[in-house]
Amino acid sequence: MYIPDQTPRHSVYYNYSIYPFQTPPELRGTTQTYPVVIVGAGPIGLVTALELARYNIPVQVISAEVQVSHGSRAIVFTRRSMEILQQVGIAERMLATAYPWRSGNSIYRGQRVFRLEAPHDEDDRFQPLNNLQQQYVEQYLIEQAQLNPLIELRWGSQVMGVTSFSEHAELQIDTPEGEYTLSCNWLIAADGAKSTIRQVLGLRMEGASYRGRFVIADIKIDIPWPTERLAYFDPDWNRGNTILMHRQPEGIWRLDYQLPPNETPEQALAPESLNTRIQAQLDMVGVTAPWELDWCSVYSARAMTLPDYMHDRIIFTGDAAHMLPIFGVRGANTGFQDAQNLAWKLAMLLKGIGTPKLLTTYSSERVTAAQEIIAEASKSTRFMAPPDRGFRLLRDAVLSLSLTQAFVRPLFHWRTSRPHDYHDSALNALQDDNAQFTAGPAQGMPLQNIRLADNDYLFDHLGAAFHVLYFTDQIVPVAILDAIQTLQHTGIPIQLLTIGNQQRFTDQDGHFAKRYDALTGSAYLVRPDQHVCARWKSLSADQLKAAIYQALGQGA
Amino acid sequence: MSQLGLAELEAVYDALAAAINQVGTEQESLFLTKLVLLLANQLGDQTQIEQAITTALRDL
Repeated sequence: MYIPDQTPRHSVYYNYSIYPFQTPPELRGTTQTYPVVIVGAGPIGLVTALELARYNIPVQVISAEVQVSHGSRAIVFTRRSMEILQQVGIAERMLATAYPWRSGNSIYRGQRVFRLEAPHDEDDRFQPLNNLQQQYVEQYLIEQAQLNPLIELRWGSQVMGVTSFSEHAELQIDTPEGEYTLSCNWLIAADGAKSTIRQVLGLRMEGASYRGRFVIADIKIDIPWPTERLAYFDPDWNRGNTILMHRQPEGIWRLDYQLPPNETPEQALAPESLNTRIQAQLDMVGVTAPWELDWCSVYSARAMTLPDYMHDRIIFTGDAAHMLPIFGVRGANTGFQDAQNLAWKLAMLLKGIGTPKLLTTYSSERVTAAQEIIAEASKSTRFMAPPDRGFRLLRDAVLSLSLTQAFVRPLFHWRTSRPHDYHDSALNALQDDNAQFTAGPAQGMPLQNIRLADNDYLFDHLGAAFHVLYFTDQIVPVAILDAIQTLQHTGIPIQLLTIGNQQRFTDQDGHFAKRYDALTGSAYLVRPDQHVCARWKSLSADQLKAAIYQALGQGA
Repeated sequence: MSQLGLAELEAVYDALAAAINQVGTEQESLFLTKLVLLLANQLGDQTQIEQAITTALRDL
């Protein structure tokens, strides 16, 4: 009998709600095979559920917990994440609470040796980076899911075992009212870095585990500084190590500081050690305000991924699939892109529109993305927490030179998370005019947002479908309209968005067409996850159909 | 690539020895690493620097 802890977690500023266990049909003697079950009600599991529901796929979400996660954890959400969260319906709530920012500072011996401003485009709705504690994001996602009749949240339900068959998977679940078996056609493992499902299947991640350990702590304190990333290198109170400070809503600051080697997490989290170190950091930066600890934990940097995210009917996503160092805000931000990539492919397969080959591109595209992120993250980690004597010496030499020598300062670049470019995807059109464009998002890249009017952007008009962005000042050729209608009649979700004189988006100053290097007759085909899969200088109906079939995995 | 004459090489020899003596054993590696990075940046040629690293690793 699994009895979840029903006590609301402690916090000095956040009120934890309890989502009680409810008797599922299986414990009343009714069994059925569900199309999709997601294990894990963290940010990634919930976004996956909401994404699938956009395509009218019902989802059961299983969580051992009965409340949202403890502490801030993922706190920085990128523009791309905001664009994904907009699609699942929580961007407005995020904007109302999150702190947007774009500047990062590296400080050594009291001197700011590097400052980087993430670019912000006038066409973007969302700021490059947005700080909000993870528990708020989870709360917004849960409340959004609760409004959706396609999503069933099963709290207080612990996975004990999983069996994978060729056409379905079975979960053994323990609850306050006993055990039951849950059967599904597809099982999505979004159960985090310590994934039970990954462990039960005995799957191993590949990559590096770094020795550096960080304490992450939330404190309530009034510091009148702007929202920016602050990284302090090699301070007197923590020689050789790095400290990060991030401002969060509700008067909370997040401190991440590296531990001396050989110190255990228990020693690091002992109240006296925490108090002394946090106070030492505040003293160093000249903050005298009183403070109160809200939450703390120990984190170790890893850069690892499963080599394949699909195992028969079990699909891995988020931290269950990969563990990425936090320095470049890569955890949740990468996981959201997994969720968005997976949802449309699985939905198309379930609707009989996409092929099994389409679904396997979830794994190939996202494993490639994870490997690219790992290569980048490893560079940041080598600088933030040098793994050996050689890297430490080089890092220390760069710190020392950085006080007077400008040429070393770019080495402080923190390489923040960015959306992956699926330029080599099997879903991209084989014959289009991709190479002829001099601007606009290329094959594989996410769409560039366009500001259409005050508080009106291109992304506000995108739905759970393929989109054809068609540029014209005349009427759309009948052959193109017919092709789109034919595709729609076979059940393919595809929407035409026209840009130009007297079109859906009028583009009076030609700005949209210029950014997309488009002339009358030019077109972009955009996947449901907002990545471009084809673009033409002059679109023909046959090319459009061929590209759609390619993007659904029906290509040769 | 230009090379140092004997008199210049001897002057560098003395200056480097004096600097190493000045910084002491604890800071020696850090000092030498800084020096290499500064010279590498002035040289501005990745291949030459990598060749020099290989050469310096020889016969230790």
